[in-house]
Amino acid sequence: MNFKVAIVALGLALGSLHPAAAATTLRFAFQGDLKSLDPYSLNETFSLGVLGNVYEGLTKRDKDLNIIPGLAERWEVLEPTRWRFYLRKGVKFHNGEDFTADDVLFSAERVRASGSDLKTRLPADAKVVKVGDYAVDFVLTQPNPILHYEWDTWYMMSKTWAEAHGSVMPQPATGQQMSYAALHENGTGPFAITEHRPGVRTLFKPNLHWWDKPEHNFDEVVFTTISNNATRVAALLAGDVDWVDPVPLQDIARVNANPATQVLSGPELRTIFLGFDQLRDQLKYSNVKDKNPFKDVRVRKAFYQAIDIEAIKSRVMRGLSTPTALLISPLLFARAGEFARWPYDPVAAKKLLADAGYPDGFEVTMDCPNDRYVNDEAICQAVGAMLARIGINVDLLAQPKAKFFAKVLASGSYDTSFYLLGWTPGSFDSWNVLFNIIGCRDETAKSGMFNLGGYCNPKITQLTGQILVESDKAKRDHMIAQAFRIAHEDVSHIPLHQQALVWGVSKNLKVVQRPDNQILFYWFRKE
Amino acid sequence: MLAFVIRRAVEAALVLLVVALIAFALFRFVGDPINQMVGLETSAEDRAQLRHALGLDDAVLMQFARFVWHAVHFDFGSSYQFKKPVIALIAERFPATLELSVVAALFALALGIPLGVYTAIHRQSLLTKLLLALSLVGISLPTFLIGILLIFVFSVSLQVLPSFGRGDVVALGFWSTGLLTVSGLKAIVLPAVTLGLFQMTLIMRLVRAEMLEVLRTDYIKFARARGLGDRAIHFGHALRNTLVPVITITGLQLGSIIAFAIVTETVFQWPGMGLMFLQAVQNADIPIMSAYLLLVALIFVIINLLVDLLYIAVDPRIRIAARDA
Repeated sequence: MNFKVAIVALGLALGSLHPAAAATTLRFAFQGDLKSLDPYSLNETFSLGVLGNVYEGLTKRDKDLNIIPGLAERWEVLEPTRWRFYLRKGVKFHNGEDFTADDVLFSAERVRASGSDLKTRLPADAKVVKVGDYAVDFVLTQPNPILHYEWDTWYMMSKTWAEAHGSVMPQPATGQQMSYAALHENGTGPFAITEHRPGVRTLFKPNLHWWDKPEHNFDEVVFTTISNNATRVAALLAGDVDWVDPVPLQDIARVNANPATQVLSGPELRTIFLGFDQLRDQLKYSNVKDKNPFKDVRVRKAFYQAIDIEAIKSRVMRGLSTPTALLISPLLFARAGEFARWPYDPVAAKKLLADAGYPDGFEVTMDCPNDRYVNDEAICQAVGAMLARIGINVDLLAQPKAKFFAKVLASGSYDTSFYLLGWTPGSFDSWNVLFNIIGCRDETAKSGMFNLGGYCNPKITQLTGQILVESDKAKRDHMIAQAFRIAHEDVSHIPLHQQALVWGVSKNLKVVQRPDNQILFYWFRKE
Repeated sequence: MLAFVIRRAVEAALVLLVVALIAFALFRFVGDPINQMVGLETSAEDRAQLRHALGLDDAVLMQFARFVWHAVHFDFGSSYQFKKPVIALIAERFPATLELSVVAALFALALGIPLGVYTAIHRQSLLTKLLLALSLVGISLPTFLIGILLIFVFSVSLQVLPSFGRGDVVALGFWSTGLLTVSGLKAIVLPAVTLGLFQMTLIMRLVRAEMLEVLRTDYIKFARARGLGDRAIHFGHALRNTLVPVITITGLQLGSIIAFAIVTETVFQWPGMGLMFLQAVQNADIPIMSAYLLLVALIFVIINLLVDLLYIAVDPRIRIAARDA
């Protein structure tokens, strides 16, 4: 008897030694950590993207960012303030429970609860009404044509699971114990996480009962953080990982030279731009006293025309950027092609400065992060050198992001005179940019919170309000174009470029690179 | 003896307090942790609420007092980034760092002592000159450069050793070890060599200098006069007497190996405390930083204490002096 048991045990042990040989494993490395598995604890592209392999929203976005049905089969707008979503039947969470309307109601409460970082996904005053086990109504207080634009990353959680594990509320930041939902998941998606060691390693296994047909061919997926740039590239070259993000621009040639690896680059949605303090009567960091030169549109335009964007593209970005005239990616606004940058013209710029009363230029301090965007500090240095040619003496203050954001954002009282910033609209829609970046700073309306320079034009505010509730797409796009036109004429900011995604990929891996840089590996395949 | 230990313990507590104070003063300059904890679109009210919940809006002195009070109860709070108690995080990461440090120290000793002896005995040989020249390189090259160099030779070009990570680990109770699996053993080679190289050259040069000194002394001459063989003289008499300072230095160096594993761990993405500390600095994760700095200070203090006690045990002269005092 015991002998038999031993034989079986031996067989199992031997069997377990070998599956690795046949298994197809995807190993990927990113520069940052997957901090929490709780899908409401951090509104950040990487975490939400990776969790998108595990959790699913009512809607999804396809490979070209079009909104497609997810856990909702279809939806209709019954009246402008009442949306009905019909849920997909037969969907099961990873623990085997059915997904129903109760879970949607629960997720709607949880995503707006204290401790959630995704409160913007659903208006605070929206009511969620159960119509049946597989239909839910969202009742709004005002029309909102882009209600569901961010719902691809508003992931549905199981009510009974969360209640059973004490995770009804999102993980509070001060918690002494990590909440269950931060270390475990129970989604409906194509992969389940079987092991999660924060900051070290996360292991994914395919969900064999997924409702959709999988495109991937992985038996397991391993995620590791590799923060050091050189190590990350070396790991790819050595074949220790199949996919890395990002590849530093200077290493692109080396990755391409290796026969087994290649670099895949594409446009990213993030727009990099410069901004000016136009609110204070005297700049905090300048030698111009008693007045603020940036209040004069001629000065702003002079700065704009002094910048040789093609030189930044070819020298600083090594060709991997798309110069832009707008604060939004052309992938997100169909009419972006109608806009052209103010031309690079240092002579005209110098004349504009002289007309404004600064023939000899002036000094100003520029705030710049040095570990946030691709080559951010180098861009600022190039801008400084270009402005020097028209007599502007830029004193560059480049700092790590923790210091930079503490200084320039609302928490630091917008302590800057001239800055570089990047922005991706979370909703993939122009309204987000008009409201947060260009809109007047207003504490009560919560608008313009990232309008660090305090540019303000009431005409844009009015248009932004109309855009929010306009359901006719052509009319809406026309108003958006109008608002962007005003900002362009006013030189509210200096848009620079959309940076590029730079992935390092082993050649036997087929990937889908979406411009929002979400890593959805259920579309990847290994040959 | 007891008085000596008590005096040392009081001194140690003082050192820890000073380290905590300096660390706390420095945290003013790492940036705003709140910005690293939330997404860009989080509202100002939510941020203020979070700041209040974490006690970050209190006066600095108040925050420091609270930190010390909690620290004496072994409570270092929760990491802002991982939202997990810092003690648990450190307990998770400590085995990786200690294993790496011990292997690096063993590597340094196992290679440093024989090479030191060799270069002291064969002062004029070509190999000695080569080794001394190489050791100069080992001392002067920065750790991260050595690490990247080793990765490119052994991982990218030869593809014999992994470029990052710790390989497969086996859990023995609370301790996770990578020393029991093939991939774990392969993974530790490059980081341990990188981390131990500086110590190795240091020990080699130290042993050599001490050996040269001892070989000139009278009792070695007497030993030779007695007709003892080279082997007995070099290893039985000379090396044994050089080891006291070597033990001291090695002991003290173990502390710095643990503390300075930061760079090596970052280059090799070794999941230890040092890597966690560096990432905490980038994210302004104050609870991790303060706990780590205190822990490193504590390790130094304990090692110093042990070395002092070992001294008394090893060297009779100190024992006599202590008794007289």
